[in-house]
Amino acid sequence: MAAILRTENLRVEYRSRESQSGAKVALQGLNLSVGAGEVFGFLGPNGAGKTTTMNVLLGYVNPTAGAAYLFDVNVREPIARQRIGYLPELTYYYKFLTAEELLRFYARIFEIPNAETERRIDQLLKLVELEHARKRPIRTYSKGMQQRAGLAQALINNPDLLLLDEPTSGLDPLGRMKVREIIQRLKSEGKTVFFSSHELGEVETVCDRVAILHQGELKVQGRVSDLLSEHQTNLEQVFLKIVGYQPQTS
Amino acid sequence: MNKILAVAGVVIKELYRRKDFYILFILTALMTLLLGSVNLFNDDRIVRYLKEICLLLIWLSTLIIAITTAARQIPFEREQRTIFPLLAKPIARWQVVLGKFAGCWLASGLALIVFYGFFALISASREHTLPAAHYFQALWLHWLMLGIVIALTLLGSVALTTPAANVTIVFILSVGILFVGEHLHKVAGRMSEPASTLVTLGYFLLPHLEFFDVRRLIIHDWPLIEWTYIGGATLYGLAYAAFFLLAACLVFRRKALN
Repeated sequence: MAAILRTENLRVEYRSRESQSGAKVALQGLNLSVGAGEVFGFLGPNGAGKTTTMNVLLGYVNPTAGAAYLFDVNVREPIARQRIGYLPELTYYYKFLTAEELLRFYARIFEIPNAETERRIDQLLKLVELEHARKRPIRTYSKGMQQRAGLAQALINNPDLLLLDEPTSGLDPLGRMKVREIIQRLKSEGKTVFFSSHELGEVETVCDRVAILHQGELKVQGRVSDLLSEHQTNLEQVFLKIVGYQPQTS
Repeated sequence: MNKILAVAGVVIKELYRRKDFYILFILTALMTLLLGSVNLFNDDRIVRYLKEICLLLIWLSTLIIAITTAARQIPFEREQRTIFPLLAKPIARWQVVLGKFAGCWLASGLALIVFYGFFALISASREHTLPAAHYFQALWLHWLMLGIVIALTLLGSVALTTPAANVTIVFILSVGILFVGEHLHKVAGRMSEPASTLVTLGYFLLPHLEFFDVRRLIIHDWPLIEWTYIGGATLYGLAYAAFFLLAACLVFRRKALN
């Protein structure tokens, strides 16, 4: 299977004034590989390096060593992001724009022709059930509506790879179900989905493969079914075991 | 180019959906109207003096609009975290900087057209003449000056930590150059070393914004400036703006966003 997302010995260090050694290692020698059509769960406790990995993949942070590739293009090149969609954990959009203006703006960045843009805007606003609010500024939306607008912007370029950062964080059960349905639908269309999440039950349900990161190191990478049968328990217990969680005994 | 214009479009939308631009415009318009309606003893000198005050007001208003708009662009994107979904798209950071510049510069140009148009109408209603070429030269040079200031502000916004510090520094620098820029070398001559050399260097390195201030052309109905000089000033302004923008792109390219 061709790797759509790949990292090679990825290392990221942050300079820190507080740290005595002068640099904090956020990622050390990360090797990841995500194949076409996979739904890949990226797991780890807070501070494990998930966000740093996402930041490198999206070009926000340059790696100290190693490299990351999307569709075999180094992520340092903006064109590497031509075929991806990104949904951040929280809604970070221009609140003075309406949903359709926001989608039109991002479509222009992708250089999508005007007629196709309008067709996709109609289709996506219908998909995320925001048709009725398409001409209202985003600042008037509820949190769930803003997250749905975010999902629409992530899909405007009909991406082959979706990077989702905690996509169901802060959503009500209906919102979570909707996002899960959309991920399943994208999978059935052959899209690749890479998402970080703390919702292990959800990851177990929708993911083909997972990677578990702890203190900047990759602890395990493999098929969910293989991990479950190897450890004879659910994904939550596997995760806790891998990150070395010891329950306190009274 | 399409990506740069897309970013510029969002800057312009943001500006006309904010209230501060309208407040500044209404205040300036009211004062222009008030001063324009005054006719003291039919004295020609007083009318010129009032025109000078109106144009100074327009200069200050547009300088405030340009600096405050440009200063908040990138810091606001970072603070609101809207920069993240934007940079997750196939757009380079230099395109974001150029888009922000284009948006702020175009918006300033629109504001100038509105201000000068209003001023020209008021003046024409009193003097029964409308020297369109004079207004065009004054507006064009004013717009070029704002281009330099906007580029400098964008550089400050990626290099300095707070927008307030950036606004203060650029505003003081711009007003300082406008008022004393042409006298800097004379001041340097009266100073001791090394201050004299530093001020002389400043005289040759700083953009001479006062070159673009031709308000007197309108106030005193002076003959038109030769178009070759306008061309030279255009090249001078664009060169400084390009230099500041290049520096802003280089600084922003190296910034870690996390």
